[in-house]
Amino acid sequence: MAPATLLEARQLTVEFTTRGRVVHAVTEVDLDLAQGEVLAIVGESGSGKSQMLLSMLGLTAPNSRVKGSVRFDGQELLGAPEKRLNQIRARKIGYVFQDPMTSLNPYLSIGLQLAEPLRIHKKLGKAAAAAQAVEMLRAVHISEPEQRMRQYPHQLSGGMRQRVAIAMALVCGPEILIADEPTTALDVTVQAQVLSLLREARERLGTAVILVTHDLGVIAELADRVNVMYAGRIVEKGTVEDIFYRRRHPYTEALENSIPDLSDSRATPLVAIEGNPPDLSAVPAGCAFHPRCPYRLAMCDQAVPPLEAVDENHSKACFYQGELGRGAKAGG
Amino acid sequence: MSETILSVRDLCVYFEIRDEGWFPEKKLLRAVDGVSFDLEAGETLGVVGESGCGKSTLARAIVALVPATAGEIRFDGQNLVGLDAEQLRQQRRHLQIIFQDPLASLDPRMTVGEIIGEPLRSFFPRMSAAERRTKVIEIMQRVGLMAGYINRYPHEFSGGQAQRIGIARALILHPEVVVCDEPVSALDVSIKAQIVNLLMELQQVYGISLLFVAHDLASVRHISHRVLVLYLGKVMELADSDAIYRAPRHPYTQSLIHAVPVADPRQARARPAKGLEGEPPSPIDPPSGCVFRTRCPYAVERCAAEVPALRQVGESRVACHLAEQIQSSS
Repeated sequence: MAPATLLEARQLTVEFTTRGRVVHAVTEVDLDLAQGEVLAIVGESGSGKSQMLLSMLGLTAPNSRVKGSVRFDGQELLGAPEKRLNQIRARKIGYVFQDPMTSLNPYLSIGLQLAEPLRIHKKLGKAAAAAQAVEMLRAVHISEPEQRMRQYPHQLSGGMRQRVAIAMALVCGPEILIADEPTTALDVTVQAQVLSLLREARERLGTAVILVTHDLGVIAELADRVNVMYAGRIVEKGTVEDIFYRRRHPYTEALENSIPDLSDSRATPLVAIEGNPPDLSAVPAGCAFHPRCPYRLAMCDQAVPPLEAVDENHSKACFYQGELGRGAKAGG
Repeated sequence: MSETILSVRDLCVYFEIRDEGWFPEKKLLRAVDGVSFDLEAGETLGVVGESGCGKSTLARAIVALVPATAGEIRFDGQNLVGLDAEQLRQQRRHLQIIFQDPLASLDPRMTVGEIIGEPLRSFFPRMSAAERRTKVIEIMQRVGLMAGYINRYPHEFSGGQAQRIGIARALILHPEVVVCDEPVSALDVSIKAQIVNLLMELQQVYGISLLFVAHDLASVRHISHRVLVLYLGKVMELADSDAIYRAPRHPYTQSLIHAVPVADPRQARARPAKGLEGEPPSPIDPPSGCVFRTRCPYAVERCAAEVPALRQVGESRVACHLAEQIQSSS
């Protein structure tokens, strides 16, 4: 039996109005997260990945309009009272941002910040909360956790701050951990450490993870399923094997071709995606990728391709039905 | 290979750090500590290492944006360390730099045309505005910017396009060496490839030498002929890019390469997890002997006592006492 669905979004749409222009950050997105799985959301900056996740938790800016439905454990989150959302954000869904300083308070010691949610939401006493906070720091492999409890964020390195941010997101034992580009600002060596931390959270605590990234390498290491986003829509979704070995969307192919490979020599030119990602206040008509797509058909600027199943768990939003592989590095 | 264009010898860049407390003790931060290498004409030398390894300081010292504490930077036979401001300015024509954050490095109040043309104003004050405009448009087209953008301001551009403006400004004087300080780190994957391809193409056209600093090993591998691995301000390994990725000699190079995620789920999950623990120690108080020994899985007593010299082992120049014994893992 398939594990139960934990988080489910239907026709989720997020729009902003700025200076009289409407920015279509997220358009009609369906998303499902099962218990204990790692779901990766991949796309370039400005593809709506972060706004989609923030909107689910009621964290978008006041000038946003969010439509559709987001259900967590069967309960509707969109339009839920702030008090209810606060409880869910505190105890059920942890959030790790790209920059750990987004979630860390520079004026409070690490110990205070880690113990605070335990005291407020788990109603623990001071000593019990502190003890659990030290345990949590140890779990994210921070050396000398007792001393770190007294330190302030500025006294820690970037990698260590990100680990503290992860500890904070996990401290109340959430069912879902949302990690929004958690390793983008880090060195490769520290990135590897943080990724193995996320893997451990899933394996030891059974936490489901939504991992947002633009790095397909990170996805290959960690994800069970992948949603590929372009200009606010999901253009392909499938298992990690579908996406890497049986991809069907030209954008997915282009993304994979553009990553430099350590086994390539200097002689192989990188296959760049021509042009720029679209401006979300002026998304091209039809399929938003058509101006950059090598497989473009006449109908592509006429209608938005629907997300259609190509296999049991694999779907794509593309009119082109032929084989991919026009990029120089195709295959897989 | 051909002639050496830039020759760096025992370059040191130290910063004085004031300690806190009642009796502040002056401490030295050794950002770059005895680095030597040659850059050949038309070559790309990649410089990699973790944050804080001194790679950006090295890049800045070469174009004299930070003063060198000791050592030599020989360009065209002349040592740039210790030149007076005017002599340095003359040499700087030939040495240009491209920065990591393209938008932050462009003056928001200047038009694209003014930004790109500024080096011409500075070095050729008598050049007519019309001639300058012609040259600006020529270089804009060369780097893939539409000539119509000449009167626009930096904020109107995306990261990739802003980096093209930075490249155009660096190239307008036809320099011989361009130092690229993490030029693609802040860019999206699809745009990263465009900029890497552009730099390689421009190198072909103008025959420039590139010093390409990055922490993204895959891009470095792609663009570089040779790669220099830095750790706590010291050179760990220097080798041909093929050799360094095929058979890395230094344990640090091996861990760096191993840490790069493999964009292939079956391969990625099949390989053993053996990442590097912790983070580099502080450059204010570096470990004795080999600076990498505190994180090195192979470290022995000798590593704490003796600083390993950079020496030839196989196809690499490597600073490790145990280079012969250590099996390269990839």
